Amino acid sequence: MSNRLINWFRYASPQSFYPLAGKLIPWFWALAALFGLTGLYIAFFVAPTDFQQGEGYRIIFIHVPAAWMSMFIYLVMAFWAGLGLALNTRLSGMMAQALAPTGALMAFLSLWTGAFWGKPMWGTWWVWDARLTSALILFFLYIGFIALQAAIDDARRADRAGAILALVGVVNVPIIYFSVKWWNTLHQGASVSLTKAPTMAATMLWGMLIMALAFWMYSIAVALMRVRAIILEREAHTEWVKALPEVRGSTS
Amino acid sequence: MKPRHKRIALIAGGLTALSLAAALVLNALNSNIAFFVTPSEVAAGKAPLDRPFRIGGMVKEGSLRRDNLTVHFVITDTAKEVPVTYTGILPDLFKEGKGAVAQGRLGPDGVFAATEVLAKHDENYMPPEAGHAIEQAQKAQQTLKQ
Repeated sequence: MSNRLINWFRYASPQSFYPLAGKLIPWFWALAALFGLTGLYIAFFVAPTDFQQGEGYRIIFIHVPAAWMSMFIYLVMAFWAGLGLALNTRLSGMMAQALAPTGALMAFLSLWTGAFWGKPMWGTWWVWDARLTSALILFFLYIGFIALQAAIDDARRADRAGAILALVGVVNVPIIYFSVKWWNTLHQGASVSLTKAPTMAATMLWGMLIMALAFWMYSIAVALMRVRAIILEREAHTEWVKALPEVRGSTS
Repeated sequence: MKPRHKRIALIAGGLTALSLAAALVLNALNSNIAFFVTPSEVAAGKAPLDRPFRIGGMVKEGSLRRDNLTVHFVITDTAKEVPVTYTGILPDLFKEGKGAVAQGRLGPDGVFAATEVLAKHDENYMPPEAGHAIEQAQKAQQTLKQ
């Protein structure tokens, strides 16, 4: 490998990734707080009320970023799981395991806030339309992934089993995303997409995008914290973990 | 072929096969996944007459009529129309010219007796002033046409 390029494979080892993650975490927390506060300020004080829904539409500032995140985290989780399966790298499985609870949280948040919005707007908490049902399946996939990994004691075998589940479930993500296009659903179509101009007022859109950034930063920060804990747990027998000041201090 | 490449090929092949299977299943289920049928589909005889189903479309402008607790309105997809009756409370977003989904049975007289009515929101979000301006513009256009 040439010297001019960063040797990315160096960070594939838990030993070198652990301190790197530790250095990055505060930055992601700071950005999460910055975007979160800005986004919430816009959401509550700057963005106008909606012409039909009144104040109730403000749930989108949580609902849409959470729903985006739940789908995106699943893709990233499946990517890491697949990478771990193909290359047999230790860190990949740990990354997948670290992302799952945050993804499950996001999926739950999108379902929950959606139900709160659905009651006043549609007139029902829940309907079995394609978008809602496939989003619920995504939540179950996360729960299934977490449960399967937890049920197998050997970490490497747990990773492989989880990876297969994660990869099978990846089929569901495009179904969620395109469900409102492919079928008649009660859920409205996308207001923001790559193929057409957004159908939202600019301040509403900015508030939502900044909130989405905040959710990104939060997700990265907690995933990195969780992966550090998983590294410590799984590599507890190694010399380098035993030599860490935070580990030495707690065991002596 | 290294074992690593074999595994990558296996994963890629597996995912392709899986997506293909999913696409075929979804295609086969197509009509069952749809949350509602449109008035055009009802007119074409695609709606089940022996069991309840959902019908969706726009509430026709000027068709909403209240008769004590029972409301009468017409659901349209601009091509075909289906009259609907419903007794109960309508959701807040239920309005003429906006989307709605009704669940119930189609009677022999062609009137859809709904047991539940849901408002279907569209993907447009804007401040009240903008919404008002658009409504005014649409009205102006309509009067110009007439």
